[in-house]
Amino acid sequence: MDMNEIKEIFFQECEEQLAELESGLLRLNDGDRDPETVNAVFRAVHSIKGGAGAFGLDDLVSFAHVFETTLDCVRSNKLEPNQEVLKVMLKSADVLADLTNVARDGGSVDQARSKQLIRELEALANGTPLPTASAAPAPAVAPKAKPAAPAPVAEAAAPAANDQGFTPVAFSFDDFGGDEPEVSELPAYDIIFKPKSDLYTKGNEATLLLRDLSRLGEMSIHCDMSDLPSLDQLDPEAAYFWWKISLKTDKGEDAIRSVFEFAEWDCDLEVSKVGGEGVVAESDLPMQPVPFDLSALDAESDAPLGVTEEEENLVAQRDEAIAAAETANNVVQMAGNAARAAASDKGAAAAAAQNNAQQASSAAAPTIRVDLDRVDRLINLVGELVINQAMLSQSVIENDANGTSSINMGLEELQQLTREIQDSVMAIRAQPVKPVFQRMARTVREIADITGKSVRLVTEGENTEVDKTVIDKLAEPLTHMIRNAVDHGLETPEKRLAAGKSAEGTVKLTAKHRSGRIVIELSDDGAGINREKVRQKAIDNDLITADANLSDEEIDNLIFHAGFSTADKVSDLSGRGVGMDVVKRSIQALGGRINISSKPGHGSTFTMSLPLTLAVLDGMVVTVAGQTLVVPLTAIVETLQPEAAAIHSFGATQRLISIRNSFCPLVDVGRILNFRSTQANPVEGVALLVESEGGGQRALMVDAIQGQRQVVIKSLEANYTHVPGIAAATILGDGRVALILDVDSVVSASRGQSLQLEASLAAAG
Amino acid sequence: MTVDDSRTIRNMLLVTLNNAGFETIQAEDGIEGLEVLEDANPDVIVTDINMPRLDGFGFIEGVRRNEKFRAIPILVLTTESDAEKKNRARQAGATGWIVKPFDPTKLIDAIERVTA
Repeated sequence: MDMNEIKEIFFQECEEQLAELESGLLRLNDGDRDPETVNAVFRAVHSIKGGAGAFGLDDLVSFAHVFETTLDCVRSNKLEPNQEVLKVMLKSADVLADLTNVARDGGSVDQARSKQLIRELEALANGTPLPTASAAPAPAVAPKAKPAAPAPVAEAAAPAANDQGFTPVAFSFDDFGGDEPEVSELPAYDIIFKPKSDLYTKGNEATLLLRDLSRLGEMSIHCDMSDLPSLDQLDPEAAYFWWKISLKTDKGEDAIRSVFEFAEWDCDLEVSKVGGEGVVAESDLPMQPVPFDLSALDAESDAPLGVTEEEENLVAQRDEAIAAAETANNVVQMAGNAARAAASDKGAAAAAAQNNAQQASSAAAPTIRVDLDRVDRLINLVGELVINQAMLSQSVIENDANGTSSINMGLEELQQLTREIQDSVMAIRAQPVKPVFQRMARTVREIADITGKSVRLVTEGENTEVDKTVIDKLAEPLTHMIRNAVDHGLETPEKRLAAGKSAEGTVKLTAKHRSGRIVIELSDDGAGINREKVRQKAIDNDLITADANLSDEEIDNLIFHAGFSTADKVSDLSGRGVGMDVVKRSIQALGGRINISSKPGHGSTFTMSLPLTLAVLDGMVVTVAGQTLVVPLTAIVETLQPEAAAIHSFGATQRLISIRNSFCPLVDVGRILNFRSTQANPVEGVALLVESEGGGQRALMVDAIQGQRQVVIKSLEANYTHVPGIAAATILGDGRVALILDVDSVVSASRGQSLQLEASLAAAG
Repeated sequence: MTVDDSRTIRNMLLVTLNNAGFETIQAEDGIEGLEVLEDANPDVIVTDINMPRLDGFGFIEGVRRNEKFRAIPILVLTTESDAEKKNRARQAGATGWIVKPFDPTKLIDAIERVTA
């Protein structure tokens, strides 16, 4: 693993943390005051900051630092996370996401916005009133803000400033090798180092500290053992030895003190420069000079440093005493362990915490991360398996008509198993729509800010699962629809109040499963579609004739036509050049359908129905002009056998079929796809009644129906090229390739005249 | 042994320590750290402070309660540069600390300081 891979992991993790951050903030916004929620939010920002620091992503670090500081105020109950505070924090989460994206993909962020938010976050942390954006336009204030805003990066890089006078582990031992400075000229220091027993219980060792000290220069050590009591009074865990050290070094006192950085609280330390002001009085205690020998450490000698040979027998005695004491200790411990665990509050609490956490860990579903490529490969292979199994079944049926044979039974089981494997593999790719919905929350906030509207986003069914590809491709059309809903759908607060509504508009986003598809609804409680305006615009753009008589639904669906915008003026949002026609096309590209229903004064609802997966499809296998085609089952409303009496010719090429007293245009699939040059006789074929884009129905003429089956979708574009009227291809059980019909494009290919035809029909009666 | 909830930092620690010739065992939070402690039987522990389930303070206390590991060097890896956090870590039994932003040299230096 190299640094680039770790960086990739970092950005993946950032995405998770950002999602965690936003959902946590939204929970707080809904009144959740669970400290764990606040902690999780804090941790998310903290974690991003930590990783960003490691990669030197300074912009990200400095913003995260300010954000974190403010969150810490919430965590320590200094700041109440009210709506106002959370509004700033949600925006900050958005900026943090932007900064993360910029760090990964390059580009730039909205500096004015992030600076404004830094000021707001600092104001919250300091308990001062929020600086308003309007009172402080970004360009004018930006230079002013510089001195006010601390430079957190610099602060993080040099924490010595607010530490307790020591520098962090900042020096490298490498510096001390190599050229020997002239000893005699070096400043000399006297150091007194008296460890407390705490030094040892925290895992520090006097020997290691002395070793590090010796690396600073030329050193001699005197060990004082005068505190060592007689054996019967010896506490094996107490610290009795202390050292007086003479060190000649040019590294300065700070370097000496930094050796004891970790031990500072757990020892008495005096450092004084010889000949300087604070000369230590010569100790009256008799001292033996001890040559400091590093090789003792390297040889893993058991003899404590600074102990001379004469005293080794004393040390040996001490060791024995320690051993004896430890044995005694152990016995006591064994007897008293249970009692102690129960008696010790801390111990019991920790044990309980551990139990709880263990329960929690067993309750949470364990997950593993798998490369998406591997899953896709598996899905492809299962697709092949399904095809193979179908081919096998077919050839067995053809060769052995006896349905009771054990081979047939085995095949049935195989089919069942294959289907289950396929479903399970598909489930691996399925993910909840939650991340996309969460992104929409941000879109709503931004648009609301720009348009000056007050908007609440309500989401439902966030955990509804759908294939990852569908999710990935859903974000863009959904974002555009949300923009439209807020920008065009919702009225300004004044208009809303005048209409007797609350000033705050509501946009609702829901997801649910319905008959093997996912249905996503986006509704707003705005003014609804102004049908008169839409109609007029459609006439102006020659989409319909001035005398066309359209149903309300048909008028509403006109907004999906290319280049259609009813906004009086091109706003910042609608000026992006993306219309609802593009939304519709992206939904269709996913094998989905989109519809709108609107109630004037009460708002509009967009309904999208999408397949759960793009890998398989339930289809009706049909024959057209000798070709085998698959028609997606979801598109078919009903099938019928036309009777001659029900067919009406209209003009030279148009034909209608009357179904239960209503007329429906007939579309000859074979003709549209150029499989044949003349229209087939409808009476000899089968009509598939399909629902088309505008909600209107068409009857697709095919020659015969072969049956229904689930087919594995093979992209035509990836393997061949795009063919109009064809969505994809598949391989049938007999090994033949069949094309999957793109119903909407076939219908729209026959559409030009028929829309006007319908209109004139409706006008006629 | 390293204990950190951040996958990024865990991997950085792993790479840094492996490059320096250390065998590394990872844990994702304090609870997991305590669970694997006995099996890992580490020479030195590097732990984060801010972690879900059981934070660094609780983890260090847990390690120190184990007779076998009461004197093991424990380094706290944290972005907190403020003295209060360090003090709490120390009281819990931390041997030393490494102030983030994460820097491989700092990490190895600190480990060398507390190990023979």
